[in-house]
Amino acid sequence: MTDPGADWEAGNPERLYVITRGRSGLTERVVLDLVTLIVAKSRPQPAMQPEQAAILRICESPLSVAEVSAHLNLPMSVVTVLIADLLTEDRVEARAPVPKAELPDRALIEAVMNGLQKL
Amino acid sequence: MDFRSSEPGGASGSGGPAGTDLLPDTAATAVKVVIVGGFGVGKTTLVGAVSEIRPLTTEETMTRAGVEVDDVTGVERKTSTTVAMDFGRISISDELVLYLFGTPGQQRFWFLWNGLFEGALGAVVLVDTRRLEVSFDVIGRLEERGVPFVVAVNTFPESPSYPIEDLRAALDLPDEVPIVACDARSRAASRDVLLALMRYLYSLSS
Repeated sequence: MTDPGADWEAGNPERLYVITRGRSGLTERVVLDLVTLIVAKSRPQPAMQPEQAAILRICESPLSVAEVSAHLNLPMSVVTVLIADLLTEDRVEARAPVPKAELPDRALIEAVMNGLQKL
Repeated sequence: MDFRSSEPGGASGSGGPAGTDLLPDTAATAVKVVIVGGFGVGKTTLVGAVSEIRPLTTEETMTRAGVEVDDVTGVERKTSTTVAMDFGRISISDELVLYLFGTPGQQRFWFLWNGLFEGALGAVVLVDTRRLEVSFDVIGRLEERGVPFVVAVNTFPESPSYPIEDLRAALDLPDEVPIVACDARSRAASRDVLLALMRYLYSLSS
């Protein structure tokens, strides 16, 4: 375990640093959940960062942040920074998940139950 | 199946959802349920059994220090810096989508994904009766966090079979927490686990 770099995936952290231009995501105002649905509001532009263009491309239909992360093969922490920028630029819309309530919402639970029963 | 197990969703960078995997534009709200369990207990199998999409993988980078103190004596003995979480999706209606996330039971993984449990409807603790002790910590931590959960016992052919009430005693579970047996490979059985969770949540809401 002390052998430096034996299992360390060198390069990846640097690359991620470049993609997010050094920001960590923690300072972003927008709170993006794994299941916040992202929908593109504009088309990719040639001058855009390729990762951001890819997000606009795959989010023509709604996709959760987790799915964006999976399809682009980028960690959640990176994807949330990229999406936060797109939100600031008004290039995507975020459909926030239901806020956590003290008690589960009955109508919501009923809707999920009905949906599951149809499976 | 928890460490870099599944192939990354889509080809690197060029991927995207297949045409049949697209959500309708009317999809407005997504909810999530977390499937928690030890390594190899069948989380991804359960997710895959009910998911309408092939299970996808989201990854997060773990600090090296975190890896070194890790005690992952399990399935794969590698000190990877990346931890993967598999998930699936069920369209409940044109507006509502349910996501299922399978996560290892160790709490340090939960922090890799901010808000994994915040906003989750609830959790399913998937249990293998051959390794019951793995579930003690998980159950305690969910109780601490106030995450409602049901316990699903994955019935492996070689698993010893115990009466439900013996399992309840062994896991020190309160009477009201449902325990259900399931075969995680079966779509119907896995759906029934989720239904058991929803019925439990419904009872909590009344």
